[in-house]
Amino acid sequence: MSDEADKQNGAEAAARPERPEAQPPGYFEGESMTRRRAFTVAAQGLGGIAGAAIILPAVGFAVAPIFHRGKERWEGVGPVSDFVEDTYRQVVFTETEGIGDAGKTTAYVRKGSELFDEDPASIVAVSNRCVHLGCPVRFVEAAGNFICPCHGGVYDVQGKRIGGPPVRPLDQFQTRIRNGQVEVGPRYSVTSQLEPVRARDPGEFTGGIWEYLYPPRPSTFPPPS
Amino acid sequence: MKLDSLIPAPLRKPAKPGAGNGAKKDAAPADLKAAPPERPSDAKRLTDRAVEAPVDVLAWVDQRTAASGFLTGMLYRKVPKGTNWFYTLGSATLFAFIVQAVTGVFLAMFYTPSTTQAYASIAHINNDVFLGAFVHGMHKWGSSVMVIMIFLHMGRTFFFGAYKYPRELNWVIGVVLLILTMTMAFTGYLLPFDQRSFWASVVGININGTGPVVGPYLSDFLRAGPELGATTLSRFYAIHMLLLPGAIIALIGAHMYLVVKLGTTSPPWVRAEKPKPAKPATQLDAGTDGNGASPS
Repeated sequence: MSDEADKQNGAEAAARPERPEAQPPGYFEGESMTRRRAFTVAAQGLGGIAGAAIILPAVGFAVAPIFHRGKERWEGVGPVSDFVEDTYRQVVFTETEGIGDAGKTTAYVRKGSELFDEDPASIVAVSNRCVHLGCPVRFVEAAGNFICPCHGGVYDVQGKRIGGPPVRPLDQFQTRIRNGQVEVGPRYSVTSQLEPVRARDPGEFTGGIWEYLYPPRPSTFPPPS
Repeated sequence: MKLDSLIPAPLRKPAKPGAGNGAKKDAAPADLKAAPPERPSDAKRLTDRAVEAPVDVLAWVDQRTAASGFLTGMLYRKVPKGTNWFYTLGSATLFAFIVQAVTGVFLAMFYTPSTTQAYASIAHINNDVFLGAFVHGMHKWGSSVMVIMIFLHMGRTFFFGAYKYPRELNWVIGVVLLILTMTMAFTGYLLPFDQRSFWASVVGININGTGPVVGPYLSDFLRAGPELGATTLSRFYAIHMLLLPGAIIALIGAHMYLVVKLGTTSPPWVRAEKPKPAKPATQLDAGTDGNGASPS
């Protein structure tokens, strides 16, 4: 038996109903794809949906903290009379809850000065976190400077950088007075002119084009106006 | 050759082509002509069975997996002339990784990834657990060993020119493995949660943050928030012991597959052998250079 006859399963060639030639080959009239291709696309599509259903929530779970802003936290650090305008007093308070001592941070607090603060009645709280890489700076009263032990960053009495690798002035904390108590609140960063901006991590410049190169993060609080 | 008989036939080193012993075929009939052998003692037959048992087990597995073909191909593959001790640096890195994996599993049995208990659990491992300080020390120093080995291995590959065609993809996989290894070292450093690891992680995350545009978000991702907190530790722990080891094992598999598939290179100081001129040509042209002139 020849191959041709075998394909027809013994039926007479002439008895077969006339069918139009598939164009292109393998396609029936009105079809845009073959059955095999349709099933391949469908199977891969379903697989993709199943995969995305697992991966997208997992990735979202992992990156969600980027978009989450915690509760605003204010903590009393002592009566107003504790603070003077010509030197800093060191206060320790909790910035991150739930991790014990590791969540505490230090601020240097003073009363506003008539010499260089717009509002002498305000309270200034300077963070001790070096804006180079996050080491703790120390206020050296004899020199009137903040000095970082890690890489030699030096800041003046207002927290402006005067030496070493830091990229901007020291961060500050919002302050307010409630019932005669000084309270410190969320952290904010400042530009080289001490204008408040949203908190940036150490090592990131502030002001000008840097506000776009180091965009503000949704997890930080808006700066005081 | 006694040891050789313990290796199942499919795993034995294949005989060189053409090295078959032609005389052996004739030997078989001669054996038949000899007197029938004495029936071995029960003890002898038992020991014979005992010796054959593991071979039988291996043969049973091999019949169902056909692994021996792959194994003989891999274990007896040719290595080029000039292969030397520098070629063991990759295996040394792999060994360092295995040490990290094994010691890490046992450290995980005692470690608590919580900010309030992590330091205490490490102190417990070091001070109270039997051999705890030793296993912790192996993991701690072993991480440095792995980083050093991977860089030496990279240097060997670079200076021997072993990254060139067709091995560029293996170089790329190796670079990814290097990055994963460094990430492993970075995430592992925070886990003891003492002053040093805390501040080192603060500095490390802040360095990540200095990348323009994506940097601040990368820091927030690593910390799981604007400040280093309780979730940072569990995040680093999950990356360190779940995410990265899986990725590293998978990439080591791909890396080694390509090594076996493509073979290794000779050191650059080994010259290729000059092709020998064909015999008839030497005889015909002996004393001349083909143009009838004598070679100078």
